[in-house]
Amino acid sequence: MTLILEQLLNGLQLGVMLFLLAAGLTLVFGIMGVINLAHGSLYMVGAYAAAFAAKLTGSFLLAIPAGLAAAALTGMAVEYLVIRHLYARDHLDQVLATFGLILFFNQTIILLFGRQPLFVQIPPALSGAVDLGLFPYPAYRLCIIAAGLLSAGALFLLIQRTRLGMLVRAGATHREMVQALGVDIRLLSTIVFGLGALLAGFAGLMAGPLLSVQVGMGEQILILTFVVVVIGGLGSVAGAFWSALLVGLVDTSLRAFLPQILRGMMAGSEADALASGISAMGVYLLMALVLLIKPKGLFPGHA
Amino acid sequence: MRKLIASALGLALLLAWPFIAEKMGAPALISLFTRMMILGLAASALNIALGFGGLVSLGHAAFYGIGAYAIGISTTHAISGLPFLGLLPGSDQLLVNVLVAMLVSGCAAAIIGALALRTSGIQFIMITLAFAQMVFFLFLALKAYGGDDGLTFRRRNVLFDLNMRDDATFFYVTLGFLLVWLAVCARVLHSRFGLLLGGIRQNERRMQAVGVNTFRVKWIAFIISGMGAGLAGALMANLGRFVSPDLMHWTTSGELLIMCVLGGSGTIVGPVLGAFALMGLEATLNTWTEHWQAILGPLLVLMVLAFKGGLARIGGDKP
Repeated sequence: MTLILEQLLNGLQLGVMLFLLAAGLTLVFGIMGVINLAHGSLYMVGAYAAAFAAKLTGSFLLAIPAGLAAAALTGMAVEYLVIRHLYARDHLDQVLATFGLILFFNQTIILLFGRQPLFVQIPPALSGAVDLGLFPYPAYRLCIIAAGLLSAGALFLLIQRTRLGMLVRAGATHREMVQALGVDIRLLSTIVFGLGALLAGFAGLMAGPLLSVQVGMGEQILILTFVVVVIGGLGSVAGAFWSALLVGLVDTSLRAFLPQILRGMMAGSEADALASGISAMGVYLLMALVLLIKPKGLFPGHA
Repeated sequence: MRKLIASALGLALLLAWPFIAEKMGAPALISLFTRMMILGLAASALNIALGFGGLVSLGHAAFYGIGAYAIGISTTHAISGLPFLGLLPGSDQLLVNVLVAMLVSGCAAAIIGALALRTSGIQFIMITLAFAQMVFFLFLALKAYGGDDGLTFRRRNVLFDLNMRDDATFFYVTLGFLLVWLAVCARVLHSRFGLLLGGIRQNERRMQAVGVNTFRVKWIAFIISGMGAGLAGALMANLGRFVSPDLMHWTTSGELLIMCVLGGSGTIVGPVLGAFALMGLEATLNTWTEHWQAILGPLLVLMVLAFKGGLARIGGDKP
């Protein structure tokens, strides 16, 4: 029982990380109609900047603003230099250009930091475990869940309750109309893109101590994020939230429980091989299932 | 007429290439050109979906890899003598294996296509990428066939009495397959089916209105496209006598897209030219610096930005 609860918390932790990435991706699509393959690169930039700052200063607290700033500034620069010119283009052009950006970012990171993965220490204050009554759970992971849920809440408030959020919602449905009313939609686009990059960078810097910080980490999670966005419905932030939690839970529980279940039915080594295959495919099969029932995703957005 | 002359010149150059490479004292260039032709074949297969059908698939590496694995698995079973799943015997005959590879990748394309074609636009791109990644992870977990180490087999498949060990012979075999494939493409795309596909790319709703089952036409195009990618994978597996999940890494899908667009995606020979151009560029940059991707990336961005409305008009109308 405690094992199940612990794995559910792990799934929740993966879920909130996926949400931080999916929110940016789906907002950028909603406002600008752009598919951004380089979103994972911003996650990587955030992780590397934080890892570098942590190594330099020895303080995780200083690494947080470093990672956030690096990701947001990179994102805004990318928007200004490249993405801005792709709004009116078809999706194929957007794919090609952002694919080029990925090649550039990956190689630049290799040039700067080398191919060896960087390892980041969990900050000492959070390195222990918290007793949740039934079982102890790593404080750092708990902290990620809290931070993720808080940012999700803040994002909802921003979108639903502020003037900027109102413009974002209006821009997603009637871009030309908002422009005609005198809103600088280009500036709005840059801000939204920067916000998405900030969230991606936040996910990246939090992932640093859990995973090794290495080139290619962005693409790995990007493709999982695509699954989240497709399941949730393109352009919908609420959809991204629920489907990120769903994908996180499904992925984690398949990996945790499937081997044991299958081992009850067949020989150990075969069961392990089959379980690792199925659990690697699990979320994609989930996506296929959702597509069969609701081709537009669970919470279809405006697009 | 000018096109005809250019094609004839290109073909003559390819026919003479093994001799030229020997004379230049660089026999490694033969294999490089074989690889270019194979990826050109894969790109031209993708182009049936992309250029002619307007379906931006970012998952063709999966069909390419599945074709390669069909060869690898069939050949290892032929060597070990044990039947596949206890039922199907393996084979080391190239023609048999190529047919199997095309059949298997065609089936994969049928399944993935049936699901992915329920959507369009950006979702289609994301879904094809996600399914390709699923196939990648499946083969990564397939410990029976090497897992992430891949499969190595000692000899290339047998074709009549040809000496397949010889790189020049394999070069001509590949060229033969490429020419047959391009001829099939031309035949298909100039048929009634090709016209329907072009009509759907330009205006799907109008084609629906005149009574065309547009889903079926797109689906069939996607399957043919997947089969072609499988054929290319089959040849690539034979060239290196090695298959691994790396073949279906998602960057391969991206590179195939670039080849199509670079060479001109509305044409039949274009993607092959694109493959030669991109791989030639990569090989050249690679001699300058190990970090050639840091140059290729921005170059790609500039190419897309500099050509207003894209390098070639694809898709026709805005989605």
